[in-house]
Formats: sequence, C-alpha cells, structure tokens
Amino acid sequence: MIFEDEPVPGYPLPILPGHTSPGRLERVLRAGQFAVTTELDPPDSADPEEVYRRARVFDGCVDAINATDGSGANCHMSSMAVCALLTRVGYAPVMQISCRDKNRIAIQGDILGGAAMGVCNVLCLTGDGVQAGDHPQALPVFDLDALTLLETARTLRDEHRFLSGRKISHAPRVLLGAAENPFAKPTEWRAERLAKKVAAGAQFIQTQWCYDLPLLRSFMSRVEDLGLLDTVFILVGVGPLRSAKSAEWIRTHVPGVHIPDEVVKRLAGASDSALEGRRLCIDLIQEIRTLKGVHGVHVMAYRQEEAVAEIIQRSGVLGGRVPWYPGRDPQANTNRMAS
Amino acid sequence: MYAVRQWSVRHARGLNAFYRAFESALVALHPLWKRLGYERLERPVAAVERSVKGLLFDCRMCGQCILSSTGMSCPMNCPKNLRNGPCGGVRANGHCEVRPEMKCVWLEAVAGAARIPGGMDALRQVQVAVDRRLQGKSSWLRVVRQRVGELK
Repeated sequence: MIFEDEPVPGYPLPILPGHTSPGRLERVLRAGQFAVTTELDPPDSADPEEVYRRARVFDGCVDAINATDGSGANCHMSSMAVCALLTRVGYAPVMQISCRDKNRIAIQGDILGGAAMGVCNVLCLTGDGVQAGDHPQALPVFDLDALTLLETARTLRDEHRFLSGRKISHAPRVLLGAAENPFAKPTEWRAERLAKKVAAGAQFIQTQWCYDLPLLRSFMSRVEDLGLLDTVFILVGVGPLRSAKSAEWIRTHVPGVHIPDEVVKRLAGASDSALEGRRLCIDLIQEIRTLKGVHGVHVMAYRQEEAVAEIIQRSGVLGGRVPWYPGRDPQANTNRMAS
Repeated sequence: MYAVRQWSVRHARGLNAFYRAFESALVALHPLWKRLGYERLERPVAAVERSVKGLLFDCRMCGQCILSSTGMSCPMNCPKNLRNGPCGGVRANGHCEVRPEMKCVWLEAVAGAARIPGGMDALRQVQVAVDRRLQGKSSWLRVVRQRVGELK
C-alpha cells in the first residue's frame, strides 16, 4: 500500500487519528495489513555504510527493521546509533532497548533521544544474561525489567513525565512493543505474561522463533481467552535454519529457542538443507498467517539476511504490497520536497 | 539455602497464611513500635528479617518484599531480578538460562502461587520498578508503616 504522505527522509509523518506514533509500522498494522519486520545484525564496526548495506538487503520486503541492543549479550554497534543512521534516510527502525546494560536514567534518555531522531517504535526487552555473550565479566545491570521498562516508556509518552515525576515538554510519540516466548516454560503461563505486558503498555509483540505450530496455536487460543486479540498486534518470529547441525546447535546453545525433533529430521533428510530450511520457513509463515490474532511475522534470519526477501516474496504474505524503502517513490518525493 | 527455598515454595500456602497473621500482629503493635522509634528498630528488625527470610527464601533484602505475590519464590534470586514473570530464556528442563544448576525462580513462583488462595491473581499484578534505596532495609517495618498510613 502507498500512503500519499510517504516519508521524505527528515520529514516526520503526521500522526493519524487514533494512532500513538507517526510511524509506518503502526499505520500498516492499524490498516489491517499483514506486517513484516526483520532484524538487522549490527556491525562490529564504526562504518555507517555497513549499516546501510545491511539495511538495503531488506528493501521492499519489510515494514520495519529491528535494531538489536547487544543481542545475545554480544558487543556491537549500539541500537541507538543504528537507529540514528536508519532514520536519517527514512527507514522505520524498531529500537530495541535491553535492561541488561543500562539503568533507568540512561534508558529514559535513550527513549527521548530515539524519538527525537525519528524512532517511532521501541521494543522493550529484559535482555540476555551477560554469561551468554562475549563479555561475561561485565556487570549485569537489570535495574528495570521488560515490564517496568514498558511502564516507564508509557509514562514518558502518555503522562509526559519521567519516573521521578519531573515533567518533560515534548513526549516521545512511540509505538511500544515487547517480546514473548510462547515456546519456553512455563508455557501455560506465557499468555498471562503477555497480558501483563499489554497491561504495562505493550501495543505490539514480536515472539521468539516459532518452529512448533501446535504450541503457538495453544498460546494464541489462550491469548484469545484472555480477551487480548483486539488489544495487541502479534508478530510471530520466524527464520530459516541452515542445516540440521545448526538447528541442533541453536536449540542446545541459544537460550529459549525450541526446535522440535521433526524439524531437525526434515532438515537432515533433505539433499539441500539450506533450501529446505527456507522452504520450511515459508511453510511456517503461510500457516502462521492463517491464525486468528496474528498480525504479521518477524523474520530473524541471522547471517542469512539475504534470504529474507526471497522468503517473504515466496510466502506471498505481502499480497503485492511493496513496503516503503528509500527510493521507492522518487516522483512523489520530488513533488513534496518542491512544495 | 536452595533446598529450604524449594521447601518454602512447596509450603507456600501455609507460609502465606502465617505471614498474614504475623503482619496483622505487627500492625496491631504499631503504637509500641512508634514508642520505641522506627529508626531505632530498623537495624535489629532488619537483622532478624535477614536471618529468617534468608533461611526460608534466600532473601536478598530488597526491602520491598513481594513474596506473597510471587508464590513465596523470591524474585530477587532471579539473576535478572525479574519481578514480573519469567524471561524468554528458560531452558527446556525448566532451569535458569544464567545459572543452569538452578530451577527458574519463576517456574517455582507459578507453582507456589497456585497453592496460595488468590495467588494467581497476585501474580498478574504489574510490579513497579524496584526502589534500590531500600536495599538492606526491613520490609516488615515498611509494611506496618504503610498499613497505618505513615508512609505512602
């Protein structure tokens, strides 16, 4: 879909009635479209071109790009800086904020700063423990947790004040998101946890990688029972697995990733396992889109980012829609910049 | 101690009932505490609280106890200090992502809460951010002063 007021880099979009942010992701979600988001693997580099190069591979197939905040507790270019670079050229980033590395003073400053740069979506995360990453010697902060971070962001946005009560003059107009893992224990309580996140301010959810549809279905039906389907946009996490061996490694080493045995067997039995992994991902997306209450997918294709465009196109979830990217509407931009 | 901590979660119902009675008794004695002076009582009471709750719950003395809302499983034992539910990193065997030898504090909390009347509703409450200034202070005295309206 094309909005007549698609962004020109540096030009903020108007906030539509009933919307909390001027962001394109919120517009797509509220328009009832099936949204696609993805994750940019931040470079171990100070070169901005590396960020742009990594963003460009998603052109035309995603509505928003998550800028991860030291994911897996590994050190990379900061989420804030990746967002600054992306908003500069008009991309719609989802700024991830993890509670692992920053206290409430730093985090609130980042939310204000991010919004000032044009960040319209903030994903509030607890964050992986420092033991998972390349600096296990570091101090884990965890001053806030994902829930209190959501509440903090909502207080800034809706009550125009810091946690301390001190007023802010211009509130950050951001769509608030959170993560959920329907596949980790206690599975029977995961929907309740989602309800808490919604109560604390979450408007959209990106889930952990889904390879187990029955578990997702039971989670979604519990979400429906709790009356949450109309209150939150749920984007289910998906991603291609490269091989049976890497699936095995991920499920034993990456905290909270659940990959059923059938999936590993399907990959092991294929002649081209990477191709089979992409096929499996497409199959999952097509099943997931039929579930009631699912508003999109979040494609996490770590080190296979170049496969995202093909997966999304083949899955057909965009239905011919071309999400905005710099240079999509050259004529419209010229007209508006002139006016 | 880990084994005692697990015993406490298994006996969440009884411990919660005991605490309710204990709290009411503390509140009833407010005139006495006031005469003795809350400031003066802070250190000895905190010391008692530390040893009792330390034994039963591996209490970390955050000073703003929510054990009754977390099925008698102390959330400050979570390496991420999560007070609102488990993170997404819980292992397939139900153990902690950060400390693999320990069962997830929140799996215990859900089990403990199911044993306490109204425990699951309490678990659904959104807990506010921790006030780090209260670290090491007595939660008991704070609760009494809140209940009688001396603190908000």
